[in-house]
Amino acid sequence: MLTSITNFINNWGVEIWEAFIDTMIMVGVSLTLSIIIGLPLGVLLTLTGPGKALENKVLYQILNTIINILRSIPFIILLFFILPFTKLVAGTTIGVQGVIVPLVVFTAPYIARLMESSLLEVDRGVIEAYEAMGIKTRHIIWHVLIREARPSIILGLTIATIGLIGATAMAGLVGAGGLGDLAYRYGHLRYQADIMYVTVIILIILVQGVQTIGNRVSARLKKD
Amino acid sequence: MIEFRNLTKVFQDKKREVKALHNVSLKVKEGSIFGVIGYSGAGKSTLVRMANLLEKPTSGQVLFEGHDLTELSGNQLNEVRQQMGMIFQSFNLLKTGTVYENIALPLKLTGVSKSEIDKRVEKYIQIVGLQDKLKAYPAQLSGGQKQRVAIARALAHEPKVLLCDEATSALDPDTTEAILELLSKINKELGITILLITHEMNVVQKICHEVAVMEQGKVIEQGSVIDVFSKPQTDTAKRFIHSLFNDDIPGDLLKKLKNNGKLVALSFIGESAGDPALAMVTKKYDVFPSILGGNITDLKERPFGRLIVHLDGSESEAQKAINYLKESGVIVETYNKGGINHVN
Repeated sequence: MLTSITNFINNWGVEIWEAFIDTMIMVGVSLTLSIIIGLPLGVLLTLTGPGKALENKVLYQILNTIINILRSIPFIILLFFILPFTKLVAGTTIGVQGVIVPLVVFTAPYIARLMESSLLEVDRGVIEAYEAMGIKTRHIIWHVLIREARPSIILGLTIATIGLIGATAMAGLVGAGGLGDLAYRYGHLRYQADIMYVTVIILIILVQGVQTIGNRVSARLKKD
Repeated sequence: MIEFRNLTKVFQDKKREVKALHNVSLKVKEGSIFGVIGYSGAGKSTLVRMANLLEKPTSGQVLFEGHDLTELSGNQLNEVRQQMGMIFQSFNLLKTGTVYENIALPLKLTGVSKSEIDKRVEKYIQIVGLQDKLKAYPAQLSGGQKQRVAIARALAHEPKVLLCDEATSALDPDTTEAILELLSKINKELGITILLITHEMNVVQKICHEVAVMEQGKVIEQGSVIDVFSKPQTDTAKRFIHSLFNDDIPGDLLKKLKNNGKLVALSFIGESAGDPALAMVTKKYDVFPSILGGNITDLKERPFGRLIVHLDGSESEAQKAINYLKESGVIVETYNKGGINHVN
């Protein structure tokens, strides 16, 4: 038993570790970029919506439509559908670098929607109280709207991160590597079930870990 | 200090227009506590929210210290708003911030220095009496305590005016009493003008100097609290005062008494509340008064009493008795079920 484990690690340890690192890079970079794009979009959606502080029907409808369109396309289709755009932005369409663009295009609209629903939960009265104190709108957005929505934002980002981990599994199709790709190539195509099980277990632990951390952080920020 | 001139507000719904305010003009004097009372839907909330332009008027002017707020730019309006504190029915505190943070954050965002912030938090938390709660979160506080934090937050900007939007409506009677006392103290000791709206007559009765009664978007009656209480002109004002005294007389009894003599409501204000005018009536005229109900209350520290009295006797003697009472400074009204009417 012990020898077989040692053998497995000797044979596959490096590959699995590299795949794990690839997954972490893809998730980390795409998540960061998606938050940078998605959070402001969510704020914009919240503020320009009907009856809101900066109500703007045209802008709201445009954003709404674009987000809905992007969210209707399955990732596997999106990956190929936006190849020219990926080439233009990233300079390549393959490898980890080539898959970041479609991952961001896939995740940012999702985060925007999650942020919108988190921000809409914030009590209108608190915002009004700050308006009444003569606080500038940009301060209100950061110090009231986003601050009060933090527990819910964290839970939203947890959901987005787990979705993103799932999407990276398909990244193997453009040669980006990662845990999903390892399971697919060796486990599925070459019938090496042990590789598949190990990567699946690692993915389960990863998702469990992300969810647990998300829940804990959110609970800590929540004061009511 | 604050003046509303011909304010009209129309809310545009999908299908219809709702006129929330109709040509409202009011003046709030510096240093006074001005109450606006009305049933829900009367437009009073819209009105108080116009004092700092949270609600923009469809037409009309809002003047603060002589400046028309509707003509100010966004930044100028923010500066004026910093001189006007506001508290709300639902407190509107940051759930994710401690009491300290709730008071300090708005100060920080308006550019007050750290040392000045600490000084002000300490001063105003003391005034509202929550020194030991600085590290608590709003969820750990009672309704009355939350409103105290909201008051400290508003005062920390050292405003000239405090706007109260149904500030006690979510509180129980004892807590309401305590918050009203605090508002009264703030008005007296810090000299802050207060504009409050409420649907509870006892709020007006306890702390206001002046009152305006609103109905269907219009101010239907206004004046000093004593005047409006003792000589209400409109049915709505009468109903509000009636709600305070709760002096209903059973219908059967009312019918019986009406056949004979006169049924009157007597109001005594201030000094006249102490005179034995009613006792004198029995000596001077051939009438037998019987007291059916009565109450005495404080109007801003002046006693205000009301008695429902049946004057049993001939029509002419009863009328003489009424005239005598009026001469002695008592306000006499005929009593009808559910309300009172003036006697000439």
